[in-house]
Order: sequence, then structure tokens, then C-alpha cells
Amino acid sequence: MVHAIDFQDVAKAFRGSALNAVDHVSFTVAEGEFVTILGSSGCGKTTLLKMVNRLYEPDSGKITLFGEDISRADVVKLRRRIGYVIQQVGLFPHITVGGNIAMVPNLLKWDKAKTEARTEELLALVGLDPAEYRDRYPAQLSGGQQQRVGLARALAADPKILLMDEPFGAIDSITRTRLQDELLSLHRDMGKTCLFVTHDIEEAFKMGTKVIIMNEGKILQYDTPEGIILHPADGFVSSLVESARAKEAFWEKFKS
Amino acid sequence: MAEYFIKHYDDLIKATLGHLQIVLLALAISLAAAVLLTILCSYSQTVSRLILGLLSMVYSIPSLAMFALMIPLTGLGQTTAVLVLVIYNQYLLLRNFLAGLEGVDHSITEAATGIGMTPMQVLVKIKAPLAKGAFLAGIRITMVATVSIATIAASINAGGLGIILFDGLRTMNVPKILWGSILSALLAILVDSLLSLLSKPSKP
Repeated sequence: MVHAIDFQDVAKAFRGSALNAVDHVSFTVAEGEFVTILGSSGCGKTTLLKMVNRLYEPDSGKITLFGEDISRADVVKLRRRIGYVIQQVGLFPHITVGGNIAMVPNLLKWDKAKTEARTEELLALVGLDPAEYRDRYPAQLSGGQQQRVGLARALAADPKILLMDEPFGAIDSITRTRLQDELLSLHRDMGKTCLFVTHDIEEAFKMGTKVIIMNEGKILQYDTPEGIILHPADGFVSSLVESARAKEAFWEKFKS
Repeated sequence: MAEYFIKHYDDLIKATLGHLQIVLLALAISLAAAVLLTILCSYSQTVSRLILGLLSMVYSIPSLAMFALMIPLTGLGQTTAVLVLVIYNQYLLLRNFLAGLEGVDHSITEAATGIGMTPMQVLVKIKAPLAKGAFLAGIRITMVATVSIATIAASINAGGLGIILFDGLRTMNVPKILWGSILSALLAILVDSLLSLLSKPSKP
């Protein structure tokens, strides 16, 4: 069976560092899966993610997407086939919301009518009225709205794989919960393969059909949320689960 | 003062126009060269450091000496003057252009690369428009510097307001010195304010 994403013994160290940021990691993601990567900062989760669209190149090992070795693919074309959302959103401030979303279709030289129709469709999909928002500039949107546009831009060329690097990290918790729910329902409808990096354990367990827990460049456990909670692989994972339980217990105290 | 102007206004106008010609010609060539150098530098940090180091060295040569140094190569006259100005301008322009490009928020360029833009597309579609302010600031400084250095070009027979200035100095003719200085200052102010109109923010 061909996996959507397949890491085979992938390692990556940054220049000047003796330690591997990602340390001989192997895992596979089936098509349509929503995999969250959980770990504290510096654990290698973002490095892992950025190797999928080759913003970083691995030192050793092999990464394939749907059976295709990405080290042999044209890097620019590869990236246009992968949706990419980052925490800082990274909208282009001098281009309108519509122009931002149409960026990848324009790079792929879609015809104008198709691109315009797609832009409207996507704005509606992420809950922004096209007539109201298409011609605005990113600075005229709230943080949550900006990330909706970021998501729409990533989805524009209908990529099979979506990479998200703490997309809701800088968004207030009420808006974040709403965006999480919407992303989940989008995922249910579209069945895209998602890799979602987060340091927030609740978010990781809520969003992921499967969760990867990383520490010091290694994968400690890769399982469904239930599997991890019921059978934590080691002390680190159980302390992580415990910390989430402790937080929940804190809120339980105030239940009437 | 006024008397001198009435008597010699044709000389003054001719010198001013000659000056403007040198400045505009030098600027047009400088911009084209700086754009090419900027693109070259954006591909490699090493090349960028090398070129900037070289240009800063050249920039530290006094202009009078520089004009004299070029005479054996390109002779007297306007060509040499324009060439020297272009060489000086590269440092000012490139410094400002590169600083502007580096000032663009890293998350924006990363997003641009991540969605599949080529390095050239990131430069042209994203970085350059966002660095517009720094570009124009660099061009303004360069323009004003060019107007002033171009007066020295008279020393190699390139014409311009320097002729009036140097003549005045040689013969201790104060009105001449003053008119030469005033007109070149006015020219500098004029080109600077024209460019400042361009650099007004047009975005909401």
C-alpha cells in the first residue's frame, strides 16, 4: 500500500550542532489521516514538518509522498502541490486577500475565471463573505480572520497534503476553539492528509486522528489519542498525559 | 549677484542643464546596474559581502582623485564623469536595496517560498514591493550625493555647474561661487522633493 507520507530513517542536524534536530525518524501517514505532532519547543517537530516541503533538506534517510521520492522532485512544483500554513500566517501585506488566495493558482497559470471562482469558493469555505473581504488588505483583518485566509491560500490549488505549523498558536482561545472545530469539519469533508504541529496537548489530542509525540528529535509514541492516553509508551509520555489531567482536574473543582 | 545673473543667465542655465544631464544619465545607468547587482547578491551571501566590501573601499576614494584616476582609462569629459558617478552610486544604492530586502519579515518570505515561489518570484513579487520604501530612500540619498559630486566633474572638463564654481574659485569671483553653489543646492532640493512625492505611501 502506498502511504501519503513516508519517512524512512530521516535525520537532520543543523550546522554547528552536534545533536540531530530530527534523529533517525521513521513513520508513515495514510491518506486522509490528520496527524498532529506534539512536543515542546526545540524537540524537532517544526524541522520534521519543514522537511516534507523541503524548506529543510534531510542529511540522511528518505521521504516519499504517495510513493514519490521528494528529493528527486522539482522543489518548486512539489511545494505548489502541498498546502502550507504557519503560525505567523505570512500573508503578503501588499496584496489583497483575494490576491493572496489566488497566489498559487496564478503561479500554476490557471485561467482567470477559474481562479476567481476558486477564490470566492474558498473565502466562503473558511467563513468569510467574498464580497466583503476579497478586496481588503491583510492588515484590515483580525488575527483569526487572517489565519482563515492563510488556510484558504493553502487550500487554493486543492493540495492532497496540508502542512500546518502551529496555525492557531497566536490566536485567542475562543477564536482558536472555533477555528479548530471548523478545521476538523473541513478535514471530514475534504479528506486531505494533514500534518499539524502543536505544543498544546489538548489541541493535539482533539485534532489528531493520530498523534506523534516527539522529544529531542525522536518519536516517543505514534498512536491514536486513545492509545496514547491508555497506554503511554514511557515516562515522558505519561507525564505529558498527567499534566493534561492535572489541568482538567483544576477546572473540575469549579464545576457546580 | 543679480547683476551677474542678468549678464550671464545663459551660461548659468547651460551649466545647470549640463549638470542635470550628467546627473540623470548617471542615475539611470546606476539604477540599472544596482538592480543587476542586487539580484546577483540575493543569490549568495558570500558574493554579496564581497561586492559590498569592494564597493565600500571604492567609495572611500576622494572624488577628485577618482576622476583623476579614470582619465588614463576613459579620458577627459562626460563619459568619465558619468562612469565615476555610477561607481560611487553603486555603494549607496546596493547598501540600501539589500538592507530593504533583508528588512522584509522572515515569515512572509518563508510563506512565499513554502507555497512554491521560485527565489526570483519571491524577490520580484514579494520582497521588492515590500522594500519599496527603503529603495526610494536609497535613491533619494544617491540623487542628492550625485548632484554634489557631479560639480567635481568640472575638473575633468565634463561641464555642469562645477565649471561656474571652479571658475569663480580661480578668479575669486564671489557671485560666481555663490551662483554655482546655490544652483546645485536648488537642483538637489528639486530632485529630492520630486522623489519624496513618489515615496508617499499609496496603500491604505
